[in-house]
Formats: sequence, structure tokens, C-alpha cells
Amino acid sequence: MDFISILSIFVMACFVGYYVVWSVTPALHTPLMAVTNAISSVIVVGALIAGAAGGLGQAAGVSKWLGLGAVVLASVNIFGGFAVTARMLAMYKKKERPARDGGGV
Amino acid sequence: MEGATPAWALLAYLASGVLFILALRGLSSPATSRSGNRFGMIGMAIAVVTTLVTHFPSVAVPGTTTSDGVTTTLFVPDFVTAIEILVAIAIGGGIGWLTARRIKMTDMPQLVAAFHSLVGLAAVLVGWAAYLNPQAFGISAADGLIEPQSRIEMGLGIAIGAITFSGSVIAFLKLAGKMSGAPIMLPGRHVINIATVAAILGLVAYFTQDEGLWVIGLLTALAFIIGFLLIIPIGGADMPVVVSMLNSYSGWAAAAMGFTLHNTAMIITGALVGSSGAILSYIMCKAMNRSFISVIAGGFGAAADISGGAAKEQRPWKRGSAEDAAFLLKEAENVIIIPGYGMAVAQAQHVLREMGDQLRKAGVNVKYAIHPVAGRMPGHMNVLLAEANVPYDEVFELEDINGEFAQADVAFIIGANDVVNPAAKTDKSSPIYGMPVFDVEKAKTVMFIKRSMGGVGYAGVDNDVFYMDQTMMLLADAKKMVEDINKALAH
Repeated sequence: MDFISILSIFVMACFVGYYVVWSVTPALHTPLMAVTNAISSVIVVGALIAGAAGGLGQAAGVSKWLGLGAVVLASVNIFGGFAVTARMLAMYKKKERPARDGGGV
Repeated sequence: MEGATPAWALLAYLASGVLFILALRGLSSPATSRSGNRFGMIGMAIAVVTTLVTHFPSVAVPGTTTSDGVTTTLFVPDFVTAIEILVAIAIGGGIGWLTARRIKMTDMPQLVAAFHSLVGLAAVLVGWAAYLNPQAFGISAADGLIEPQSRIEMGLGIAIGAITFSGSVIAFLKLAGKMSGAPIMLPGRHVINIATVAAILGLVAYFTQDEGLWVIGLLTALAFIIGFLLIIPIGGADMPVVVSMLNSYSGWAAAAMGFTLHNTAMIITGALVGSSGAILSYIMCKAMNRSFISVIAGGFGAAADISGGAAKEQRPWKRGSAEDAAFLLKEAENVIIIPGYGMAVAQAQHVLREMGDQLRKAGVNVKYAIHPVAGRMPGHMNVLLAEANVPYDEVFELEDINGEFAQADVAFIIGANDVVNPAAKTDKSSPIYGMPVFDVEKAKTVMFIKRSMGGVGYAGVDNDVFYMDQTMMLLADAKKMVEDINKALAH
């Protein structure tokens, strides 16, 4: 992919992010931070590439271990981020009586 | 990256990007949020599996030597590395999962800060890995050097990642109480900060000319330092902005790495997270009527000790007991509860919900009112109330409930202070002037739970609400006081 295509995706995604995040209810801002944290660990893709890469020479060896280190860090975030988000979201409950709609916020 | 990424893999990364968008979309209402979170997990699983398949570990071995003495390089599958990767995922995943299970909800702000620091550090490691082994990432040019454009992306990614890391570590230490929440002011810090940022940008530009180790090393070191310098002067009350800002940075770091790797999932995610954090920072600043620049410049709340000291004139105020409070609450028709950071510190959310339940049984209409900056991160109070089983449709935002205080019999303030200070509306000289606040003074009775009369809010300003005729000061630990009110209500 050339730079302009990538830039186009990036700019469009910024706009999508802008509108999607404004629609998030303020009551869920903490879960929002937790889940954005989990998904930003998609950086694990780069870590996996580095960890899996073969190559000759000392630099490639160091690169591999840096990659494996990054895999550990990103995995903490992926599992921790999604699990803590799920835990928080499970707590948000409506009143038990026939509830009026509107989300309460 | 041997050869181009196959088309199916590109589509898979696109799919995980879309699933991440749906994950955030789900958060528009608690009802859809749980399925949204599952979309996020599926998206992540797709990204990880796709990468594992397209980049299965391989090891380079010297191949055949041709007659003119050139040795070819062969790549063979490397199962040892594959196992190492799975172990790395298992270690990290186990730590993350256990932490997520065990963390107390009141500790959520520091957990989020800690997680941000990990994203930042991971970005730095990936950037360095790409620098050391550009071939693996498909970013080396024909001459064996790294493509200049990739160097810019890599340099920015490492710099943003390093800032995210060291900034989040400081935010974590402050939020966890392992470091004073008070701003630490260095002399000439603005000059130092601007010079450091300029040096980092200069080094990123120079990196395109010289890909020497010292350039990227110095760049990384300076970025670690600036992250540290940026956060130490910011006080505890401004932490919601800082946490949101670091959230944003972790997104931009992922996006920069996505540019380096030409990976759609990383770019979409980075853009989403970056905008998300930026919007949250904006909402937090607006809720404090402060500009982003003034928050980042820091120092807010540093004067708390001076203005809150003994020089204050003594004004009469009324102290109430738990029994008095219980009596008035029971007689009330409408009660609005305003929780703040003090409730989180005292872990009073569960007893507070019990109080709400008892009052509701007595026929009292109970509502909770939450200020956008209450607590230490966006939505902090909502999570704590949800943890205590308060239904989310009883919890209201500032603008939705502020008109109701005139009809409220009791405004019950627990652990909040600045967000109910009328000086924000009347006193132009007040540091919190212009901040939107709850109109508690319109309620018939105001109950103010506070540890003692000595302390003032984070802004370090006195609060006229303490001294109003209809105000009853309930001086005690928040949890203890609400427990006592519950006992009195039960009689």
C-alpha cells in the first residue's frame, strides 16, 4: 500500500472515531478508556512480526527479543483490558421494575 | 516480511479494524456495550491469528553456495520461536487477566494509567525491533538502509510511545498514592519542555539523513524524559485530563507504528483511540472551564495549602448528626446525591446504595448526580455506583439534573466539593470561575459529608455552601457517616 492510501484510511478512521466516541454515553467513559486501551494493544501485530522474524546477525537477535518483550506487554493489555471492561460492563444494570427507556444518562 | 501481505490477510486486518469500531459503537448504551466488547475481542483475535499465520516464525539458514561464491539465505519454519511466542502471550495474558479479576473498582484510574504505560512501552520496543531488523518489516530500501519515510514514522512512533510510557508511569504513581498528587514545579520548566520537544522533532527529521544508533537512542531517551517532565507538574484534580490525554497518545503511538508496518488494523485502531482520548480530554477540560494548554502547563492546585490555611476568617456553620440527617432524609420527597472522589477514597459506594434503598422504601425519590470531572478519570463515579448495584437509570449527568435542585428537599454531597462551589458562578477571581457546577444552594437542605472543616477542595478555594443556613455539615469519614445514617434510618 502506498502512503496516500494509508493516510486516507487514517484520516477516515479519525472521523469515524470522532463521531463514534461522541455517541458514547458519559456513564461509560471509564469502560471506554479500558476498551480503547485493550484495542490499542493491536500493536501486538508489530510485536509478533518482530518476534517471529528470522534473520542473521546480532541485531536481528536483539530485535526478536524486543518483539517477544512487546508481545508480553501487549498481551497483558489485551487480556487485562478486555477482561476489566467486561467486568465493569456486567455491573451496569437497569432498575428491575418495568423500566422507561432512555438509558438514564 | 517476505513478499507482499496476501489479500486475505489485508481483508482480515480490515475486518478487525471494523470490529473495533463496533466495539466503541456499542458503548453508546449500557445495553449494547457488552456485545460491543465481544466484537472487540473477536477483532483482536482475528488480528493476532492473521499475524501468526502470515508471519509464522522462520529462521534464516545459509543455503546453497553457487559456483561464484554467493551463499543464498533460506528461511525454514522455526517451531522453537513459535512456542516462545505462545509462552509470551500466555505470560502476559495471565498477568493481565488476573489483574483485571482482582483489581478494586476504586483503583481503576491507576490500572488504566498502568495499562497505557504498557502500550507506550510496547510501541517503543516494536519501533526498536523494526529499526534493528527492518527486513522483517519490509521497510528496507534496495541499499539495505531503512526507507526515509519509514524512519519518520518509526521515529514518531517511538517518541510518542516513550512519552506515553513515562507519562503514564508518573500518572500511575500519583493516582496510586505512591507519589504526592501535588504538582511538582521545576524552575524554567516551560523552556526545558519546549526545547526538549524541539530537539525530539529535530532528531526525527535528522533521522531521515542518518540512521545511526545514537540518533534513535537519543530520541528515545529525550522522549522518556519529556513524558516525565510533562506530567510531574500536573496536580491530582487534573488527572482526568491527563489520563484521557495519555489514552490519546497511546492511540497515536499505535497509529504511527501502523504507518510503519502498513497495517490497516493498527491505523484504524490508532485513529479511534487517538480521537477517543482527545475527545475525553476536551470534555474534561470543558467541565472544568480550563483550556487544555493551562492543564498541560500544570501547577493547578499548588496553592491549596496557602489559601486553605489558618488565615481564613471564621464563619458560622452548623454541624449535624447522623440521626438529624436520617430524620430529614426520611421526611424528604426528592433527594439528590452528589458523589465525588471522597466517596471513592472512603469506599462508601455500597453503604450509599443501601441508604438509597432504605429511602426508596420509605417513599423517597432518590437520584444520583454526577459531574463530568468527579473522581480521577472520566466516568469514575458511574463505575463505582454500578459496582454498588445502583441502576444506571437513576444516575444523571450535570446538565440533565441541574434544573431539579429547586424541587429537591435534600442535596446530599458525599466526597465532592469544587463541583458544588457557587464561587464558580459568582466569583470572577476564583480559580474555578466558569466551571459548570451543581446548583445545590437551591435545594431546601444541603447535607455535606466531609472529614473536617479544615480541608478545602483540590482547587484550594473555600466553599460558601458550608456556611449557608440550610447546610448541615456531617463531619466524619464518608463510609462511617453513611453507615450511621443507615442505622438511624432502620429504626
